[in-house]
Amino acid sequence: MNCVLGSDNILNDTVLYRVIYEAVGNVLPCGLSYVVAGLAMMMILVNGVLVGAGLFSWVERRLIGRFHNRIGPNRWGPFGLLQPMADLVKLLTKEDLTPKSADRLLFAIVPVAMLAPVILTMAVVPFAKDTALANLNVGVLYILAVTSITSVAIFMAGWASDNRYAMFGASRGVAVLISYEVPVVMSLLGVVLLAGSMSLDDVVSAQNVPFLLVQPMAFFVFLAGISAELNRTPFDLAEAESELIAGFHTEYSGVKFALIQAAEFGAVLTSSAVIVTLFLSGWSGPFSEYFGWAWFLLKIGVLAFMFSWVRATLPRLRIDQLLAFAWKFLLPLSIINLFATALEVYFLRDDAGTLATSDLWVMAGINFGVAFACLIIFGTLIKEKVRPARLITGDTLSAVEAD
Amino acid sequence: MYGINMAKGFLVTLKNFTKKPFTVQYPEERVKQHPRFRGEEFVWYEERCTGCASCAKYCPLGIIEIVTTPSETAPAQGDKYRLELFDISINRCMFCGLCVEACPYDALYMGSGFEQGQYSRKEMVIDIDHLRQADKHPSTFFRPQLEETGYDPRGGRPLHWQDVGREGWQWHQREKMGMRIDRPVPADLIPSDPPVDSSFVEDSPALSASKIEGDAE
Repeated sequence: MNCVLGSDNILNDTVLYRVIYEAVGNVLPCGLSYVVAGLAMMMILVNGVLVGAGLFSWVERRLIGRFHNRIGPNRWGPFGLLQPMADLVKLLTKEDLTPKSADRLLFAIVPVAMLAPVILTMAVVPFAKDTALANLNVGVLYILAVTSITSVAIFMAGWASDNRYAMFGASRGVAVLISYEVPVVMSLLGVVLLAGSMSLDDVVSAQNVPFLLVQPMAFFVFLAGISAELNRTPFDLAEAESELIAGFHTEYSGVKFALIQAAEFGAVLTSSAVIVTLFLSGWSGPFSEYFGWAWFLLKIGVLAFMFSWVRATLPRLRIDQLLAFAWKFLLPLSIINLFATALEVYFLRDDAGTLATSDLWVMAGINFGVAFACLIIFGTLIKEKVRPARLITGDTLSAVEAD
Repeated sequence: MYGINMAKGFLVTLKNFTKKPFTVQYPEERVKQHPRFRGEEFVWYEERCTGCASCAKYCPLGIIEIVTTPSETAPAQGDKYRLELFDISINRCMFCGLCVEACPYDALYMGSGFEQGQYSRKEMVIDIDHLRQADKHPSTFFRPQLEETGYDPRGGRPLHWQDVGREGWQWHQREKMGMRIDRPVPADLIPSDPPVDSSFVEDSPALSASKIEGDAE
């Protein structure tokens, strides 16, 4: 036992890292084994996310097939499990095209810039007891910061492609991402208020009652916002394959396209992991001391099923409807939720600033009432705005011309 | 309430999720096909064919080509022509089935297949050897005698020429052996005397018979 991590090192909380570090430390000098253990963790993380993305692409195609009353890919391997491999081989053997007038450097960076935030997000998510790669004390902020890199990558893709469809998709994507970042952050503030910490480990341990029950409105807003940020139906305006050929990744082919697809499918998994951690009490559950990872995977599976369900059901929104949904519906909801949560925390917490489990149940009751009231109020407000489309007649045309 | 119709949509897809898939895994399984399906791969029974070329005459596209030579024995005595050539260029066939309707001896049947895709037009001419060797899965199109037995073209059992005709197969066998056939003629079809009256007003044989008797008196 040559090398021992200092207790002030944040990596000391990660069991797997410590084990690898101490094992390698018997052979190598401490400084080098520090790096080697880090590389090993990175390998696990990157491969975990990529394999998960491949597996999820199969799962989602099968699920959507069943939702559409089809079977889905089942030809290659048992139940079609090797379909992602076949897709990957196909994409790797295709020609990797770059448009003549493209910005070659930016064009080549984009797939990496899309994939990196997806993998980086997983670094702070605890998938079992003491297994987050880095137990940051600003974990929630870190996630928000890292995931917003995606908008830059999307705009880079659109700009570097020198293709107007790609540019359309990119500008739409950026508009959506900027709009939905606001309600997402606002809804996360309620969770942070309840947990009293931004560290994801603390958020998990604070969930004696899953925050899904305590913060139903925040969960809904976060879910809608995150599926908009993932560019998934019904918010997939950046790709919109029936309107803009493939949106921002129109010009991408071969390996780069494979990486972008892997990033999109992996993003669903990492977002599910974040939602599980923040709202569904993470890895905790019965026997979570040893089977925390199983609970975590189970909850991710449920969320991934839900994402596929939404994708199979809802049609795409128009861009103005999409932005209106963010600014007129989700943002007020998240503000009301934050306000209600802040009041409840102010009145219910004890002198040490902590909340008892019974207080959480009281808050759950109140918040469900608030959510129901908001749903009805906003429903009627939005309903009044909807008018039947008017026929364009000569009168209306002349009136427009007069204006 | 806001979102109630969205919830209904989710229920619709969930209902589909629990149903059995609609997909038919084609190369392994097939859609159950109607027995009267007019498919490719014409079924031809050489034992029944006399080489009369009715099918070729009735074909609206003229894609059936038949060349025959008279056989050694006289055709008038029940022997048939020998077929030199029987080509169906199926690439122009529209599967109207008129050739099958025209065949007087139930020798030509529509097939039941649909997998005769080829890479060139030349390969789509079905010649006489092909017709001889092909599996006999006749469609029941215009062949009510096959439908009455409940035969299914995709049932797997090919039909022998003795099973498919409208009349008993012994009739053909005896004909092939060169025998003269005494066909049993129903008694009411035999005219007792040639009709004398040329007005064609009375068409009942009983009436005309009594009239003839009256004339004789």
